[in-house]
Amino acid sequence: MKPPLFDYLVARSSEEAVKLLSEYPGAMILAGGQSLIPAMNFRLAAPAALIDINRISDLRRIDIVDGNVRVGAAVRHRDLEQNDAAFAANPLLRAALYHVAHVPIRNRGTTVGSLCHADAAAEMPMVLLLTGGWVTAEGPSGQRDIPAEEFFEFHMTTSREADEMIVSATFPGLPTGAGHAFAEFARRKGDYAIAAVGAIVERGADGVISSARIAACGISSRPVRLSEVEAALVDTKLSDDDIHRAGELAKQSVTAPDDAHATTAYRQHLLASLTRRVVRQAAGIMKES
Amino acid sequence: MSTRKFGAPIKRNIDPKLLTGNGAFTDDINLPGVLHAAFVRSPFARARINGIDTSLAEQADGVVAVYTCDNIGHLDIELPLLIPHPSMTAARTQRPLARGDVYYVGQTVAMVVAVDRYVAEDAANLVDVDYHPLDVELDLEKAIEDGTPLVHPTHPNNIAADFTQVCGNPEAAFAEAEHVTRIRVQVDRSTAAAMECRTVAARYDSVRGELTVWDGTQAPLGVRGGLASIFGLDEDKVRVIAPDVGGGFGQKVMFPYPDELLVPHAAIQLGRPVKYIEDRRENFIGSNQERTQIHEIELFAKKNGEVIALRDSFLHDTGAFIPYGIAVAQVASTSIAGPYQIPNIHVRFRAVYTPTVPVTPYRGCGRPQACFAIERAMDQLAEELGIDRFEIRRRNLIRDEQFPYTREGLLFADGLRVKLDSGQYTKALEMAREAIGWDNFAASQEAARKEGKAIGLGLAYYVEGTGLGPYEGGHIKIHPITGKVYVNTGLTSQGQGHDTVFAQIVSDQLGVAVEDVIVVEGDTGTFEWGVATFASRAAVVSGNAIHKTAIKVREQTIKAAANMLEADPADIELEDGHAVVAGTDRKVSLAAIATATNPLRYAFNSAAQAATQFAPASRHDGPPLIDGQHPGLEATDYFSPECATWAYGVHAAIVEIDRDTCDVEVKKYICIHDCGNMINPVIVDGQVMGGFAQGIGGALYERIEYDTEGNPTNANFVDFLIPYATEVPAIEISHLETPSPLNPLGVKGVGEAGCIAVGATLASGIEDALRPFGGKKFHQTPITPSMIFGAISNG
Repeated sequence: MKPPLFDYLVARSSEEAVKLLSEYPGAMILAGGQSLIPAMNFRLAAPAALIDINRISDLRRIDIVDGNVRVGAAVRHRDLEQNDAAFAANPLLRAALYHVAHVPIRNRGTTVGSLCHADAAAEMPMVLLLTGGWVTAEGPSGQRDIPAEEFFEFHMTTSREADEMIVSATFPGLPTGAGHAFAEFARRKGDYAIAAVGAIVERGADGVISSARIAACGISSRPVRLSEVEAALVDTKLSDDDIHRAGELAKQSVTAPDDAHATTAYRQHLLASLTRRVVRQAAGIMKES
Repeated sequence: MSTRKFGAPIKRNIDPKLLTGNGAFTDDINLPGVLHAAFVRSPFARARINGIDTSLAEQADGVVAVYTCDNIGHLDIELPLLIPHPSMTAARTQRPLARGDVYYVGQTVAMVVAVDRYVAEDAANLVDVDYHPLDVELDLEKAIEDGTPLVHPTHPNNIAADFTQVCGNPEAAFAEAEHVTRIRVQVDRSTAAAMECRTVAARYDSVRGELTVWDGTQAPLGVRGGLASIFGLDEDKVRVIAPDVGGGFGQKVMFPYPDELLVPHAAIQLGRPVKYIEDRRENFIGSNQERTQIHEIELFAKKNGEVIALRDSFLHDTGAFIPYGIAVAQVASTSIAGPYQIPNIHVRFRAVYTPTVPVTPYRGCGRPQACFAIERAMDQLAEELGIDRFEIRRRNLIRDEQFPYTREGLLFADGLRVKLDSGQYTKALEMAREAIGWDNFAASQEAARKEGKAIGLGLAYYVEGTGLGPYEGGHIKIHPITGKVYVNTGLTSQGQGHDTVFAQIVSDQLGVAVEDVIVVEGDTGTFEWGVATFASRAAVVSGNAIHKTAIKVREQTIKAAANMLEADPADIELEDGHAVVAGTDRKVSLAAIATATNPLRYAFNSAAQAATQFAPASRHDGPPLIDGQHPGLEATDYFSPECATWAYGVHAAIVEIDRDTCDVEVKKYICIHDCGNMINPVIVDGQVMGGFAQGIGGALYERIEYDTEGNPTNANFVDFLIPYATEVPAIEISHLETPSPLNPLGVKGVGEAGCIAVGATLASGIEDALRPFGGKKFHQTPITPSMIFGAISNG
């Protein structure tokens, strides 16, 4: 469990990091290293070079821009979790980050790094998808925004081009009055989710659901929106039957095969249960204006 | 008199050093010029090797040597069969480096020695091995069928051993039964997963012809014997040191692993120190594991629940080799009747070769499997006969007046009769019943069920044969300069706290502070008689040897002090590091006594002047040291138990199942435990808690997974689920102390107790919780959320 030889390069700016990416084919960006370094030790990843972006102070910023939370590529999970402005704009971030591994890992690991790693069971890709967020990629020809729907292609595969670096991710703030919830089950506290579900629900004065966004991870080859569940919830008053039906509809989204931690049938049951749980919770917890 | 230290809850001497990062483990030992080893390991569960090309690896920068079976000379052998037994024929053991065939993924094929571990791993990847894969069968029950692919062509149906033991007259008793309960249970494979993986470093001094090996082992004396034997060296020319070792749990009592021979071999050949630090993946695929057994157990009972006979037949997965003999299966088979009288027993096992990592003891060593079989069967019998689960156990427990209770016909792992030596089994059960709140449980369970909650109570009883022989020794010397007491024994510690409990034993005899007793173990250069640390035996066997030795040194000290103080020996008391004439202020320090009992020519300090030839007390009419006398205050003695001593206990739990997530919440967990007289309750509780945590792992989380081709699929800490602190519930421990009559201190072992009954207890509780929600049986561990979902969805 020792990595093969690699070059280690320190970038002082994101422009320099992008330049180094082009100069060193096969290089990878080193942020927190909480997934990359173990993968290198197992020799599952063998980058020719690591480009360390930890000393680029611009990438360590958390900014609230137009009510949205913009997270730089070197921001630690733990800093985002404890950032009160980010919590005020989007409380789902803190709720989900609590489930990301353990505190020592969150102290070092970065949220953008987790998005780029794109594990299908990871929480933060799902939250980016759930909230309608995007990442900003910087390449030789400039920057572009990639919506979450287009960014996560498959387990550990994104639409980032080889010569691009993701410099930030933007998690939109929750609409005033929106209800929100996040629930996860893993075999052990801090493990990747067997299933996790997040919900953002808006309700009219008459109690009727006007909009619902539901997303899940751990159940497929990438984070997914449960659009059939969303559609079924809108225009209902969330009766017990409505909520039960939402759970049943959620089961269709499970495409993960049986694995050592869960059979498909169990995962469907779990997803249905968690979906009902977050819908109930989201309907009860509304974001204060 | 000073306060007695035996039984006192003293904090562990080693904790400050270990908790502040000041331990010295093998990898911390600085060997100038050291080289590092890495292994090429088989990627196939069974394959024939057509050829090995090491040329690219040999040419790589920084590589010093590459070894295969063709250039290791006298090491190209089948490794020793450590514990022969007549039930095995032509038992198969591994070769240090594969010759011809490989038998499991992870088997060592070649070793690369290089300037550092990075280069060694790079070069290991350059070794080109041409494998021809062979068919395999991973399923234990299919492995014994005719026509199944064989692990070893020498062993039809993959049977490594087939052994039956009989107690009483089971055939007659079977016929008298009024009710028969029969279940099949399975316990899956796990691994010790010590915090520190295995380690070995070696240095050879060619001038003195001495080999020194630092080895993270539980058996330094065993390793020394093995090395001396295989290398053809005098034992005095081999020194094996087990430095601080980060947990063993049985995996490190096995020896020699291939690296334990190949690293010293390379050090001798290359004339430079060599080090090998196993990494976590290697520990998963290359270091021995334990647990998988499938039992078919039958209880033959009277209608009143009295079990008159037991028949058990089980398959034991021994992995690709059987170097430790049938020890694990034998412990399981002789523990199968648990704490119950059951006078008639027929128990058969077949040890089965599978193309997997070899199986040797892991904390519990067959006991968790036996406990799971008998306890799940007792629950089943209780249900079938409509008898309360506590009551059916009470009716069958060995009664206090029946001790010692011998199971004639069953030989334990030490080759001696199973003799349950002492206990208060009924009282322990009553304590458990009270602690868990059994009498009020039915009402609260009923109330919870009305709310749709799945709450259950689990129960299991266990016994633990501990303190096996053949023997251990103790050596004690009082240091003449400081008065500190040095203690040696032949086994070694992996963090248990030996130094504290042994010091307590010595402190009581010699009247010195516990901190002034320095225990040095794990170094064959300081004490060379003994066996190893295993089978919960350190306190029992070494503890009593040290106790006997301390009594001898006490007698020497009192005799010498009486002489110096011109007092009657009966009036001498040892306290606070001094010998005191009772009722007076006349006293002399142990340092002074140790100095005075060593006749000196040269006075190197003022105290030593009293021992020189012209001092007032010196004799002028004969030899300073009388014939038969030895200098100083020093003694050695040994303890060899007549048989194992049996600890026991009861676990009970209240669990709630979340039917949404299929998660198990342990709401209360109690343990009643009896290991005889406790030397140190803090250490006893620590042992029980640590065992309990590993028991939780086996009950709910840990399973070594292989695919159908024999590839381990979860050989890492992401996928192999060891419980975190967040997964280990609180446990309430209560103690009984029934002395063992088998040793002077009246102690029994405690090392494995905590893990034994957890699987059976939680299975019992989960089954009880889900009875109205499907009624499925839980006869396999670990119990996963998927299994719970299967139970509630198909019921």
